[in-house]
Amino acid sequence: MKIAVAIKQVPERDAFVRIAPNAKGIEEHELQWAMNEPDAYALEEALQFKEKNGGEVVVVSAGPERVGSTIREALAKGADRAIHVVCDDLAGRDALNVAKLLAAAIKPENPDLILTGLQSEDVGLGQTGVIVAELLGLPHATLILHVEKTDAGLKVKRELEEGWFQEIELPLPAVLTMQSGGNKLRYATLMGIKKAKTKELRTVNAAEPDGAPPVLVLERVTLPQKQKSTQMLGGSAKEAAAALVEKLKTEARVL
Amino acid sequence: MSVFLVLEESKGRISRASWEALAAALKLAPAHDVTAVVIGAQTEALAAEAATKGVGKVMRVEHPLLEKYTADGFLLALEQMVRKKEPQCVVFPHSYQVRDYAPALACRFGQVLIGDVIEIETGPIFTRQLMQGRLTGQYKSTGSGPCFVSVQAGAFRAEIDGSAAGATAQVTTFTPKIDAEQIRTKPGEPFRGAAQTVDLGSAQRIVSVGRGIKEAENLPLVRELAEALGAELAASRPICDNGWLPMERQVGSSGHTVAPKLYLAVGISGAIQHLVGMKGSQCIVAINKDPDAPIFEVADYGIVGDLFEMVPALTEAVKAAR
Repeated sequence: MKIAVAIKQVPERDAFVRIAPNAKGIEEHELQWAMNEPDAYALEEALQFKEKNGGEVVVVSAGPERVGSTIREALAKGADRAIHVVCDDLAGRDALNVAKLLAAAIKPENPDLILTGLQSEDVGLGQTGVIVAELLGLPHATLILHVEKTDAGLKVKRELEEGWFQEIELPLPAVLTMQSGGNKLRYATLMGIKKAKTKELRTVNAAEPDGAPPVLVLERVTLPQKQKSTQMLGGSAKEAAAALVEKLKTEARVL
Repeated sequence: MSVFLVLEESKGRISRASWEALAAALKLAPAHDVTAVVIGAQTEALAAEAATKGVGKVMRVEHPLLEKYTADGFLLALEQMVRKKEPQCVVFPHSYQVRDYAPALACRFGQVLIGDVIEIETGPIFTRQLMQGRLTGQYKSTGSGPCFVSVQAGAFRAEIDGSAAGATAQVTTFTPKIDAEQIRTKPGEPFRGAAQTVDLGSAQRIVSVGRGIKEAENLPLVRELAEALGAELAASRPICDNGWLPMERQVGSSGHTVAPKLYLAVGISGAIQHLVGMKGSQCIVAINKDPDAPIFEVADYGIVGDLFEMVPALTEAVKAAR
């Protein structure tokens, strides 16, 4: 089984994110980056699947040069090789265009299974995997927690809303978008980090956005509007705690 | 503008999120230009329900192979319908099911689904959240084909008074062509997770914990606070993903939706998946070290600080006050 895993590099969770001066995106200067967590779960599922059933795990990621560090991390965790689709204007491309880049890089590999996270933690459109499946003409399933090999293909556990689940059977090749929590993420070992340096990391240049302008344009990034007026309570921990208890008792009357 | 609204079924009725999506659709077009679409193997009852809600028309997209949801089936049916009827905009509730097929549907028309929209302004400009709710982005569709939009649960107020129009909308049926072999996935029956031992839905007070707690070993800190308050302990997704608390204590789109009198969020940044599950609470308190955390946008009271100092102090203060 050859498994391709599409991963995205996103700003680190606790990073202080500022709006870019042109208000068309975020200020990338001095930002810390990390692997998109749902994609880390997809990678973990791929590695465990390989350990059980044999095969190869190929990581694919699109983005500028900095993406290389996240790709190395995936290799250090155990991916066999990687493809970096070099693309300096990723944020300016819409989901369809990004999915085209990934699909073009994945197609010649002819993988049996394509995994990715259910959504990115930055833009959060949650569409890349589904569009890649559509572009490659493959069946797909989303919000997957477990993947099991069967004689006919795969049996997967899909998360539904409000604590419900569902099993879905589908033939291979297929595309799955992974939900977090289905497995436990591994850390890269020292040995893994060492080995990663010798693994194949192929770079391909991103195709131009095929002459067609994007169909969805991010016009302006703003700070969210407050939905409520929040009373902020300051002072020492003790003072804030006392103030809060007082408010909960006399103002909100919930104690 | 002609707008089609794809309704979703939940327990034999049209889901609440679908009516919220109708409120969003009405920002794009007047009611008589909105066609409500019901889809399935037997849609008569759903169509009758939709027809009384003040929409211009109702369309039943019906086929025996649409009995159970499959992405392939819904895609074939809706693609044919949209090609034939040529709406300018198709609106959906941003449900798990819609997330499964609508991006591919938009792709078939060379479009990108404008997903998880929280606001629509003239233009139309679509607002959606970025960076887990820390920022918002205003989007414009520049494609030439129909525009596909999904609407975040809870972002628009559903008007479900049932008497909006007084008249009943005309119902038509569209029969797509689908062959059994075109449906590649085999869906099983939905099932519940492990047996439920806690009823968060009826809890009066909830103390909920997030990533800020750092280690499972630190959980007793919040457990003590919950006990002092007489509250149930709950968590955001990452805590349950790590196995630190059972899934049944998870609040958010993939867990429980709660609306207690008091919801105290400790070390929870407030990603939208969490907020949709708790923002209906009567009184929300947030304790977080990051003053820009989105949780403060829905909080009535906020404390910026280190939870490892704040929570024990609060436990003491609660005990002293009782």
